Amino acid sequence: MENNQIIEQVTSGEYKYGFYTDIEMDMAPKGLNEDIIRFISQKKSEPDWLLEWRLKAYRHWLTMKQPNWGHLNIPPIDYNDIIYYAAPKSKKELQSLDEVDPELLATFNKLGISLEEQKRLSGVAVDAVMDSVSVKTTFSKTLEKHGIIFCSFSEAVQKHPDLVRKYMGSVVPYTDNYFAALNSAVFTDGSFCYIPKGVRCPLELSTYFRINAANTGQFERTLIIGDEESYVSYMEGCTAPQRDENQLHAAVVEIVAMKDAYVKYSTVQNWYPGNKQGEGGIYNLVTKRGICRGANSKISWTQVETGSAITWKYPSCILMGDNSVGEFYSVAVTNNYQQADTGTKMIHLGKNTSSTIISKGISAGFSNNSYRGLVKIVRKAENSRNFTQCDSLLLGDKCGAHTFPYIHDENKSSIVEHEATTSKISEDQLFYLQQRGISEESAIGLIVNGYAREVLKQLPMEFAVEAQKLLSISLEGSVG
Amino acid sequence: MEVNTNQLSLKADLIRLFEDNSDVLLAGETTEMIMHRKKAFELFRQNGFPNTKMEKWRNTDLSAAIKENYHIYFDPAFLEGIDLKTIFQCNIPSLVTDVISQLNGWFVSENGSLKKTQDGVIIGSLQAAKKHHADIVNQYLHSIANIEKNSLIALNTAFAIDGTFIYVPDNVHVEIPMQMVNIIRHYRNIFIQNHNLIILGRNARLQLLQCDDSVDQQRSVTNTVTEVFIGENSSLDHYKLQNKNNNSTFINSAFFNLEKNARLLTNGITLNGGMIRNDIHVTLNGEHAEANIMGVYLMDGSQHVDNQVFVDHAYPNCFSNELFKGILDDSASAVFNGHILVRRDAQKTNAYQNNKNILLTDKATVNTMPFLEIYADDVKCSHGTTIGQLDQNALFYLKSRGIGDDNARLLLMYAFAAEVINYIGIEPLRIRVDDMVKKRLRGELSICDQCVLHCSSKEKPVHFEIDMSKI
Repeated sequence: MENNQIIEQVTSGEYKYGFYTDIEMDMAPKGLNEDIIRFISQKKSEPDWLLEWRLKAYRHWLTMKQPNWGHLNIPPIDYNDIIYYAAPKSKKELQSLDEVDPELLATFNKLGISLEEQKRLSGVAVDAVMDSVSVKTTFSKTLEKHGIIFCSFSEAVQKHPDLVRKYMGSVVPYTDNYFAALNSAVFTDGSFCYIPKGVRCPLELSTYFRINAANTGQFERTLIIGDEESYVSYMEGCTAPQRDENQLHAAVVEIVAMKDAYVKYSTVQNWYPGNKQGEGGIYNLVTKRGICRGANSKISWTQVETGSAITWKYPSCILMGDNSVGEFYSVAVTNNYQQADTGTKMIHLGKNTSSTIISKGISAGFSNNSYRGLVKIVRKAENSRNFTQCDSLLLGDKCGAHTFPYIHDENKSSIVEHEATTSKISEDQLFYLQQRGISEESAIGLIVNGYAREVLKQLPMEFAVEAQKLLSISLEGSVG
Repeated sequence: MEVNTNQLSLKADLIRLFEDNSDVLLAGETTEMIMHRKKAFELFRQNGFPNTKMEKWRNTDLSAAIKENYHIYFDPAFLEGIDLKTIFQCNIPSLVTDVISQLNGWFVSENGSLKKTQDGVIIGSLQAAKKHHADIVNQYLHSIANIEKNSLIALNTAFAIDGTFIYVPDNVHVEIPMQMVNIIRHYRNIFIQNHNLIILGRNARLQLLQCDDSVDQQRSVTNTVTEVFIGENSSLDHYKLQNKNNNSTFINSAFFNLEKNARLLTNGITLNGGMIRNDIHVTLNGEHAEANIMGVYLMDGSQHVDNQVFVDHAYPNCFSNELFKGILDDSASAVFNGHILVRRDAQKTNAYQNNKNILLTDKATVNTMPFLEIYADDVKCSHGTTIGQLDQNALFYLKSRGIGDDNARLLLMYAFAAEVINYIGIEPLRIRVDDMVKKRLRGELSICDQCVLHCSSKEKPVHFEIDMSKI
């Protein structure tokens, strides 16, 4: 059938962002032990308390086992076959883009996210993380004026140790889970963001993470703190070069929202998903969690997941403050042999808390896409409210779409609603569009974009364009 | 023969009992069956009782129940001289049924252990059927109750000797509903394991009512497995009425296998029970099979109900619909785990799943997990779940019409439950269940319904000695 042909044609689209930047690396030997952790800590001239914390995390990690409850098939990971530290050999602090390694700039240009472009057109401050070490920070002056701290995690450890010490591990303790413990032991860098009391961040903050050198797991750690009455919109986007060996990515993201604060976190994830035979690709095993600590605070997660061979993450909200709000908007696309088990956890602790979950899963090829979510309402969370909608779209008859919601309610005044549907693209819609002269491929793209619209419209403007482009690339490659 | 568990843990006791009595337990079985049951026993030995660390048992804790000691019967000798009619009588007006009774998990024979009607319908004890209808029994028994995944099924397979056997041959429509009454009455703690086997041939039809009652407050653990085979173009209406005491732990695993064009309605009405677990597995094993799986649970006190429903869409063009509704009072808790599996080639599947709960107090808890696992693209699947309380506007509306608060609440709760009750196709039964639900919502229904002694409530201790000879 023609339809099948087109799906086949589109699903066979190759990964367009696969290339490899050759930059001199400063590497730790392969393997994981206490010496490696000391090496990382020493490389980053960290204070003793942080080294101690890392070692505690490592010792705890040794007592744990890799979990296997996900609807995923994860090949065994040899944690001793990973290089835990790799940094580009940049020597001095850079003042302008001219000083940045031209090869690195070319990489960004190929990705279509040139720093100049970003700077000039969108007014976005970009903290580009390449292989775990922050290379360039722009717009820092504007941010400085407002007292906003936005820097790499290692810089924050040096310059704002009190803040880091106070909040790091307060949302995701190193005992939380296997991958969080691993990250706590070996994290190399990441982003740190602090918005002071009463400040509305004038810029969309953004970082681009890239996994670059071969055989390096990327273990970044992000910490965002919105102090009272502050607002920030934080964006994170990822693309990675094509590589044959599987790479492990175990990041931790922590968000703290104090009283009346609003933190919006958006991400587009497009790491290398492996080739059409399901070889290679990134393992994206990430712990993301935010806590609405004060009253009336709000945390909003928006994610567009198109990449990675395995995605396993649940960006969560702990709604501790009264009247706090948690939101989760997600589009997850899987194609070929990709596997995703993603969703969220909304834990209602405070009174009058509310949460919204909108999840759109799209699976094509031989992939498996699962939504797994927890809504927990404890006894004290009076008048709390949850609405969940998770829809799945199946493209092709070899893929799987699964929904595993968990709802735990102990409070009579709460209202919880959950609905989900699974379907394929309606023939009628397709026919209608084609009848108007739109080619089948564009029609499918249109329908899928419409299907995901609810989530895409939550993305900041600058991101929405890229996300749509990404979706069409993956869709061109996936939905077909 | 009867034995007691008394020493170590219940698991160790059961293992010892099986090893000591395997000749009694496995008597008269075919070699294949013995192999199978021994394998089941080994699986239980390995895995023991489920615990809350297991995903499927996270919210249902058996540990309190398995701490106790129990009495176990290995043969039905105790039935000698018992007239079941004096213990329990179904009093649904104008409901005419063929009653099949079990007491403490053993078939109670009134006129022989097996009955064959003119149509060829066979009703009776499973133990007897194994002997007299080995050809039928061996073809079906233990074939769909999977012992690998659930150690309680394995335990049942190893131990269960008796139960109910129903066979409806091809082209037979059974006009009078059958009623399986399972009663527990015992003077001390009792552990019951029985196995029911129900077979419908092609173009057959059966209405089956399964009543599980206890008639006293004694502690009991019941681990029942029911295997149901519904042949091509056949139809089964299955109603379960569960009204058990607060000291009972009732694990009810039912496996349904539907062939092409088969139709199943299973409707579980859970009115009372200390801890009730319903494991329902439905396999749609032929095209155009249709399954309606309903349930309503009304729990209070510290009662716990757990409904696990697994629907396997193995063939295209099948339909399944799950609807479970519950009202939870006091510190009652409910678990619902629906799991729809649509296999790779099961295209044009329609599968729906709905779980609605009303929490009346702040101590009640609901855990609901409506899962979908889908591997085919041309399907329509949906699931929905809600947890809430009575609609304040509706309440106000009723009150503004001069209906008192209590009655208005009852009315709304009744309307909520009625959606499931209305699926009951046997008119007198529906009226009766309707009535029972109303009573239950008023808090008047318990197993002591017909008794004036109130022996279960500590506030009203009753001591009297009556010399029966003088009456």
